[in-house]
Amino acid sequence: MLEIKKLHKSYPIGKDSLHVLKGIDLSVQSGELVAIMGSSGSGKSTLLNIIGMLDEADEGEYILDDVPIKNLNEKKAALYRNKFLGFIFQSFNLITYKNALENVSLPLYYQGMGRKERQEKAMFHLGKVGLKDWATHLPNELSGGQKQRVAIARALAAQPKLLLADEPTGALDTTTSYEIMDFIQELNDEGKTILIVTHEEDIANMCKRIVRLKDGVIMEDEFVNQVRASQYV
Amino acid sequence: MFDLDLWREIFQSISKNKLRSLLSGFTVSFAILLFTLLFGIANGLENTFNSFFKDDAQNSIFIRPGKTTKPYKGFKAGRDIQFKNEDYDYLKEDFGDKVQYITSRVYKNLSASYKNEKSSYSIRAVHPDHQYLEKTLVYEGRYISAKDLQESSKVVVIGRLVEEDLFTKTIALGKYLNLGGIQYKIVGVYRDDGGDNEERMIYMPITTAQKIYGNNDYVDQINLTYNPVMDFDEALSFSNLLTKKLKERFNVSPKDQRAVRVRNMAEASKGVNQMTTVLGILVLVIGMGTLIAGIVGIANIMIFVVKERTKELGVRKALGATPKSIITMIMLESVLITSLAGYFGLLIGMGVLELLSYWGVLEEYFITNPNVDTGLIIGATIALIIAGAIAGYVPAKRAASIKPIVALRDE
Repeated sequence: MLEIKKLHKSYPIGKDSLHVLKGIDLSVQSGELVAIMGSSGSGKSTLLNIIGMLDEADEGEYILDDVPIKNLNEKKAALYRNKFLGFIFQSFNLITYKNALENVSLPLYYQGMGRKERQEKAMFHLGKVGLKDWATHLPNELSGGQKQRVAIARALAAQPKLLLADEPTGALDTTTSYEIMDFIQELNDEGKTILIVTHEEDIANMCKRIVRLKDGVIMEDEFVNQVRASQYV
Repeated sequence: MFDLDLWREIFQSISKNKLRSLLSGFTVSFAILLFTLLFGIANGLENTFNSFFKDDAQNSIFIRPGKTTKPYKGFKAGRDIQFKNEDYDYLKEDFGDKVQYITSRVYKNLSASYKNEKSSYSIRAVHPDHQYLEKTLVYEGRYISAKDLQESSKVVVIGRLVEEDLFTKTIALGKYLNLGGIQYKIVGVYRDDGGDNEERMIYMPITTAQKIYGNNDYVDQINLTYNPVMDFDEALSFSNLLTKKLKERFNVSPKDQRAVRVRNMAEASKGVNQMTTVLGILVLVIGMGTLIAGIVGIANIMIFVVKERTKELGVRKALGATPKSIITMIMLESVLITSLAGYFGLLIGMGVLELLSYWGVLEEYFITNPNVDTGLIIGATIALIIAGAIAGYVPAKRAASIKPIVALRDE
């Protein structure tokens, strides 16, 4: 599903450059639920951005679903992002002037899907996250948990191969966090491959595998016994 | 190209940011409003100037005889110069195709009466070409014809106001008008844009007047138009040549300015043409200036908009928006705001001009019928779309180059 070999990335800071990723090797199979952990500055977000094709590696190989991701121009990157990936952000990043349904149908719009089909699909995914009744509400009329669920519906709408979540619970209280994690686990049960960046132990333990990063290298990569979030909800 | 969803996106973005869209549109509205007003007023001025020359053909040359002021070739000063039919023939034949239309004029003042109505009028006895020189518009019957001249027919063509004065109860065409005791058949009625005086005039064949009122072949004035293919300089040298030849013909000193007077309308109309051209350029420069200021204003606000929407655009890119789709969106938004605002300004400007000419407040400032024509509106539409595209291009490029990762960084 996902193959990363000897990935390097550095950012220029003035005259010096900051070496953020120092040779990452990572392989993720279909259906995994992986937590990427690390303190700030460990390179976990950079890794996620490269996986998400929001950023490009300086060196190394990255193969996603048997497609080598290399020398992407903007157009190709946009196409791949749309086809392969669904994003869930810490701050939700919903478009403020669009209602829930419009937000969810946006990736479908960029797929070139017709309006009617788009709305049906978006409604279906909103229903999946339990927000069918909130379809016409603007993001600022929703609670944090609801916003994140809209964001998840949006990420799911394009039926991506891989879901990438950057601190999906970072802006939520514990109860809501567990609700979201419960939902993510359900998605994983259905077979979705999901990568979560987090620095919270309890969230990481709800995944099936934890990859710990420190100073740009993988310190530890272990499969864990998944804690089901449903018991806390 | 037409993509309903794209337009929906744009309308949503505009309507959700009303104040911003309004502000950016305002500069363009204002620019176009100014431009429309200036253009309309310049047009009005031009209309006024043109109306001064409406009466006569613009390529007219008027030749009038006078008194000599200098002794020459044994002739004393103070001699009257009298034009005759032979001078008309000379001008017509010797200058060939340089002369387009030519007519002699004999002036008379006679009292005219029909039944009980009576009044005094200026009579012009002329050749048929006079119609084109004076831009006489015959709307009933016909003008003086060559046959009338040949037969010295007692026919007249009367002005619209003559008919109004004398024929209060009936139409004039076909009736007989009493001119100084002689009955003339009215064969035509005409209009003239040269004003009321021109429409209180009676035309008759020159041969008739010569025969009845003097039994001579005297001519008071000769008018002609030069061939319109001549440019200004050629026309001027032609009228100079005419002056020289006529002075030789009448044995007048070349330095005598009074004996033969040749007035070329080209000189007067050239001055006005130059002035209106300069005025047009001035308006265009000012108009373009304000429009450019408007474009810069829009571009400025669009850049700000892009900055403000960095995050949103980043999200869109993360969701699969291509740079092209981002550029299209921003550019179209700019084009739409510019066009709508510009049109709004245009409509207001046209409305104001319409009101001004309705009230007639500008007449005393030599502004007649200020308006903008369809050509300008079409031109303005195209200019606005281009302007919007220009204004949107830089911000759109900037928007397209936003890296989603930069946009999504949480701060």
